[in-house]
Amino acid sequence: MKELLTLSLTGIIIMIADMINLRKFSFPIALLGLATTISWCVLNWNHTEYLVMDGHIDKMIVFDSFANRFTLIMSIIGVLWLMLSENYFEKLPNSTDRYALVMFVLAGAATMVSYSNLTVLFIGIEILSIALYALAGSNKSDLSSSESAFKYFLMGAFASGFLLMGIALIYGGTGSFDLEEIRRAVNPASITNMGLIKLGVLMLLIGLGFKASAAPFHFWAPDVYQGAPTPITALMATIVKTAAFAAFYRLFSVCFVPVHEVWMDVIAALIVLSLVIGNITAVMQHDAKRMLAYSSISHAGYMLFTLLCMGADSKASLLFYAGIYSLATIVAFTVLFVVQETHQTTSISAFNGLGKTHPALAICMTFSLLSMGGIPPLAGFMAKYYIFSSAIQQGYIGLTLLGIAMSLVGIYYYFKIIIAMYYHTGDADDVKITVSPLQNIVLALGCIALLILGILPQFLHGLI
Amino acid sequence: MLTLSLILLPLIAAALIFFIWDEKLSKQAAMLFALAEAALGGFTLLNAGNKSNTNFDAAWSSFGARFSLGMDGISQILVLLTVVLVPFIIYASYRDNYNNRFYSLVLVMQAALVGVFTATDGFLFYIFWELALIPIYFICLGWGGENRGKITFKFFIYTIGGSLIMLVTLLYIYYTTPGDHSFAIKDLYAAGHELSRSEQGWLFWGLFIAFAIKMPVFPFHTWQPDTYVAAPTPGTMLLSGIMLKMGTYGLIRWLMPLIPLGWDSWGRTAMILSVVSIVYASCLAIVQEDYKRLIAYSSIAHVGLISAGIFAFNDEGLTGSLVQMFSHGITVVGLFYIVDVIVSRTKTRNIDSLGGIREVAPNFALLFLIIMLGSVALPLTSGFVGEFLLINGVFKYNHWLALLAGLTIILGAVYMLRSYQTIILGEKNTLTSTFSDLETHEKIFLSLIVAAILFFGVYPKPLIDMVNPAVQEIMKVFYSGLIR
Repeated sequence: MKELLTLSLTGIIIMIADMINLRKFSFPIALLGLATTISWCVLNWNHTEYLVMDGHIDKMIVFDSFANRFTLIMSIIGVLWLMLSENYFEKLPNSTDRYALVMFVLAGAATMVSYSNLTVLFIGIEILSIALYALAGSNKSDLSSSESAFKYFLMGAFASGFLLMGIALIYGGTGSFDLEEIRRAVNPASITNMGLIKLGVLMLLIGLGFKASAAPFHFWAPDVYQGAPTPITALMATIVKTAAFAAFYRLFSVCFVPVHEVWMDVIAALIVLSLVIGNITAVMQHDAKRMLAYSSISHAGYMLFTLLCMGADSKASLLFYAGIYSLATIVAFTVLFVVQETHQTTSISAFNGLGKTHPALAICMTFSLLSMGGIPPLAGFMAKYYIFSSAIQQGYIGLTLLGIAMSLVGIYYYFKIIIAMYYHTGDADDVKITVSPLQNIVLALGCIALLILGILPQFLHGLI
Repeated sequence: MLTLSLILLPLIAAALIFFIWDEKLSKQAAMLFALAEAALGGFTLLNAGNKSNTNFDAAWSSFGARFSLGMDGISQILVLLTVVLVPFIIYASYRDNYNNRFYSLVLVMQAALVGVFTATDGFLFYIFWELALIPIYFICLGWGGENRGKITFKFFIYTIGGSLIMLVTLLYIYYTTPGDHSFAIKDLYAAGHELSRSEQGWLFWGLFIAFAIKMPVFPFHTWQPDTYVAAPTPGTMLLSGIMLKMGTYGLIRWLMPLIPLGWDSWGRTAMILSVVSIVYASCLAIVQEDYKRLIAYSSIAHVGLISAGIFAFNDEGLTGSLVQMFSHGITVVGLFYIVDVIVSRTKTRNIDSLGGIREVAPNFALLFLIIMLGSVALPLTSGFVGEFLLINGVFKYNHWLALLAGLTIILGAVYMLRSYQTIILGEKNTLTSTFSDLETHEKIFLSLIVAAILFFGVYPKPLIDMVNPAVQEIMKVFYSGLIR
């Protein structure tokens, strides 16, 4: 609870600081806010807190270990993200409230991982989304940024519609917004309005599928990812994705396990589509940013495995996958951001010769890409291992083989960048690549974490 | 503990050398660490009689994978090969300019190879197996020849595809182990033996394809000649000298004793594939004009025979395969060094454009001759011991297949002698008339190789004694699962 309050409060303080011309303190305040949040997470490690509305017995928010760990991971990623994008906002003309918006994104994300009531889920998603729409359009001088914001807004509103419809139908079928109540009500033996519930679950699936950019609800993602300013894309691909999946997982693991036959096949279909569409389309991209957008769709497919193979372990697998994927993405986007600043383009050819012109940057990118490709001993391998391992255990051999074939395709396009860096030669050898000290720290921390968590995964996997 | 230090030493060395920006210093440091590793390896082998010296076991993961290492005779001979060859490979790399990153990668590779050969936990084995791939990929990509981007990428995709199938196979067996599941090799053996015949048949292919790609065996070999040619000389040496043995080692340790009934159903098919790759690769070697490519194909032929010997799975076949793995590693490194000597002087690998080197470089011609004869398995060279045992083993399995497999020696003689004849004998031409004889450092390198080839050719007993008890042990496990 205190985590959520701290994040929101930090956002408000930054807004006030902006108003009274103390903008230069926004960055330290944001960092301080995140540090406080992290400390709260650590202090409340085994402690569950509730938010109860007056006069009701229903809980609105339950800050349990699940919420605690995900908030912790997202706050850590948030710190790395702030360091990666340190100078970005200052460079933009008429930038106000950006850090406040980022804090609201995080507050929304924290709500999405801790809700215990469908209305709170909706509020969390909206807090996160609205701040994000504004951020996607934060580069006003760039047409594609505005386009991205507009597309994201339209598609997001559309998805929210589905989500609300789903919530309404579930309410109609069970008479409650509360997750525990719904779980009791959807018992197949006693249920009367199975049709309503089925339709409601399906609508919720569509709405959350949109937010998590799982195929076939992914069409907005490539355009929005590519159009938004690179640091904002990094935010979307890490924290937002993690929050969306945590919300997804929380809803289905708490509420709809009794009616799992209704949605299992749909999830399996989403997995197949996300893996195939995400990976195959990524192969054809010539733009690194767009390629990473498609790759994020494919990673959504892998993360959906945790919903399909729900078991004692799947919570930890999701946390691990989301955390590792976010880490690798932050590293990749840091390099991409630096390269983009130098070459003014995000096409893969911008990476040509990076192995010679800036070896350290190239090595970091290689670490990140190898991790995303799932190659040991980097952590991305363990992430995929946990997921495939439980899939095999539950008898999904076919899906696992598809997942493995698709991760080979993944290696194919990740290696396009690696080959560009080490094999192709750049146009000019004398380009000056500048990496800020904070970005250096992000890269170093990210790579070390990817390596250590690959060798000793239980540090993260064992948290939950 | 000693085994663990054999893995840690190169890793630490790699990390240190990564930060030595001075090119010359990094070279020397790499050599120093490689020699230290060789000394440590020798010390380990001398003390390997006591299991507590070599075995290591530590808790590692929450899902039953342990960090456990062990070293029986089969591991010993391959660890010996690794620690002996890496200093040679680093020495060979002195001929060109390589920087600290190159040496880091070589040492990481060495650590991973020792790990592969000593892991006694399925998951750990897999991790090392993949870890060995990454450095060699970057060595080939960073320092290779023409068109290396595409070629090395094909190699990478091929091998990682195979290993992912292997992972699924191992996981399948892992989930049939009792209780909380375990990746320990003993438990995997026990669980594998319990599986039905049809399951074992499927799993056989899952594992065989992974190993067959690594070796490579027909029809999974298409990545190999291109990669060997495109890789820089030290990279080719690593690939053919040591990395290829990961596949054959995998067959002995992780396929045959794991699923004996799979072998019963499909061993003959695999054996035929091995024999086909012998004949096929030998025939292709005969028509090659590029000498490096010729050795690449000859390597497929040799490894085909090794794999045939393993699939015979008798005493002679297994012992022969291990001795031959060792001998082939030494010989092939010598051969690739010779290619490098020729290329550095004449700028060509084309056999037909060379000739008459004997007249200008007699020392080179002599050392080349002995290494070449080692490769065609003439008696009194180490190649003979291995190939004799191998053909003997295959003969016990099936006479006709042995006859075909024996072609490797005849065809080997054809392509090796013919190419030697063209390069060394014959008429001098403008390219070769200025060919200078070996310099001292080159002489030392080739003489050491020749000494090893002759020594183990005359006196192979230490190698055979080293592997024999372990071979007996693994056959016992294998036949207990077969007869069940």
